[in-house]
Amino acid sequence: MQFMLMFAEPATEVAKRDHPEHAAAYWGGWNAYIGAMAQAGIVVNGDGLQPPHTATTVRVRDGKRLVEDGPYADTKEQLGGYFIVEVPDLDTALEWAARSPAASSGGVEVRPVMPPPAR
Amino acid sequence: MTGDARRAAETAARVAYGRLIASLAAWSRDIAGAEDALAEAFVAALRTWPERGIPDAPDAWLLTAARNNLRNRHRHDGIRAAAAQEIERRHDALAEAAPFPDERLKLLFVCAHPAIDAGIRTPLMLQTVLGLDAVRIASAFLVAPAAMGQRLVRAKAKIRDAGLRFEVPEGDALQGRLGDVLDAVYAAFGTGWDAVPGAATGTGDLAQEAIYLGRLLVELLPGEPEAQGLLALMLYCEARRSARRDAAGGFVPLDRQDATLWSRDMIVEAEGLLTAASRAGRFGRYGCEAAIQSVHVQRGVTGRTNHAALELLYDLLAAHAPGVGSTVGRAAAYVARDPAAALAQLDAARAAATERYQPWWVTRATALAALGRVAEARDAMSTAIGLTEDAAVRAWLLGVMDGWPQAAISSGARASNSHLRSPA
Repeated sequence: MQFMLMFAEPATEVAKRDHPEHAAAYWGGWNAYIGAMAQAGIVVNGDGLQPPHTATTVRVRDGKRLVEDGPYADTKEQLGGYFIVEVPDLDTALEWAARSPAASSGGVEVRPVMPPPAR
Repeated sequence: MTGDARRAAETAARVAYGRLIASLAAWSRDIAGAEDALAEAFVAALRTWPERGIPDAPDAWLLTAARNNLRNRHRHDGIRAAAAQEIERRHDALAEAAPFPDERLKLLFVCAHPAIDAGIRTPLMLQTVLGLDAVRIASAFLVAPAAMGQRLVRAKAKIRDAGLRFEVPEGDALQGRLGDVLDAVYAAFGTGWDAVPGAATGTGDLAQEAIYLGRLLVELLPGEPEAQGLLALMLYCEARRSARRDAAGGFVPLDRQDATLWSRDMIVEAEGLLTAASRAGRFGRYGCEAAIQSVHVQRGVTGRTNHAALELLYDLLAAHAPGVGSTVGRAAAYVARDPAAALAQLDAARAAATERYQPWWVTRATALAALGRVAEARDAMSTAIGLTEDAAVRAWLLGVMDGWPQAAISSGARASNSHLRSPA
């Protein structure tokens, strides 16, 4: 079964990415986590995302385009990256989600991937 | 209400709840039905007690009300006359027994029955004996709350429909079945162990729940050395809880903990239990693990860790109670004096179960680093860090790895408490 792990991180965590003091620990944690997933052979796909301020949101309302800087929702935690993993069940997906650095600093949303529509 | 009063009230409520559910379920063999009937009785109590005053024996009042609810439900179910007669007879027997008997031991044995899936035994105990709700149990076991609720319902239905007997096994059967009960209690403790004081994970106090169940077992099975051993083991570990984090919230491994922060009272109680357990003169897994913890806390008195004693006890544990946890614990005990032997033990145990077992990787990394095989050590440590859930432990391990130059040795990376991370 495929699950998407969506890693939500608070701004303070995202700021560590290029912080002179904290960057090593931040990336060390993530690299080890991704390495362990890769070693387990469960990764289907996945990436980190550039920080939320690089986002642009587009909406079309009544035929009019509305383009805004920044993420869609102004919440405390923002999507920092995602992985799609192939694991037997939700329990296993939750185990892996809990091991991610984002689980301690923010939260991880875990959702089953919809199977392709039958034709 | 002061903290003590609140705790006393909670304890009283919990004892009453567990005893009531156990009494009702031991009679009806239907845990879910007993829970519903008791819930209705509590609602009735909230309605009538404020008007008529609290009865002299609230427990007996609740038991009678719940029993009547169960009886009415059986009537509604259209039970045949003969069966109804038998039920009446047993009801009367139950009513005559006052104070009603403590059936919680039977309930514990049913929850850990071999016919019940091992993964649900601990949650089942926590819910039926202690009254914990499914959401809290689900969080502790890292399972979706809806899924945990369903599993608990299924397990209770299995107990009812398969007609599992509410009884305390006797003779040889007791030893085998008791092991399952103890394992389920220890699983609750292990789940709570990784949580730190003040952390909002919601699992920290499962250790307290496990200790409560451990005390209950010692009380209900007086003189049973393994029950004493398990309670001693949990108390030794719990005694060190506040020493596991420094002021800044950083992880402190066992061999660097400030022994003055350990709880003297819990250690004294644990020593007493261990002494009592050892009088049985036979090997017990939990007694052995408690003895290992006793060696660790001796450092608080002697100022040093007796590695030879640890190796000896782990040899014994690995021989009598083989498993990933005891193998890795043994290797962690050897790694300080003989990293090559530790590495050989770990490699010999390598299997599917070790691939995702963080303590195996930490211990392996430590052994490799001690042998100067730093590149391999880094790989192993990186995997360990990737498997670590606790942010403070992750930060500590990253620091340990940073401290490895090209061929230096670090002794601090030992997987202290490693065997505790996998209580099953």
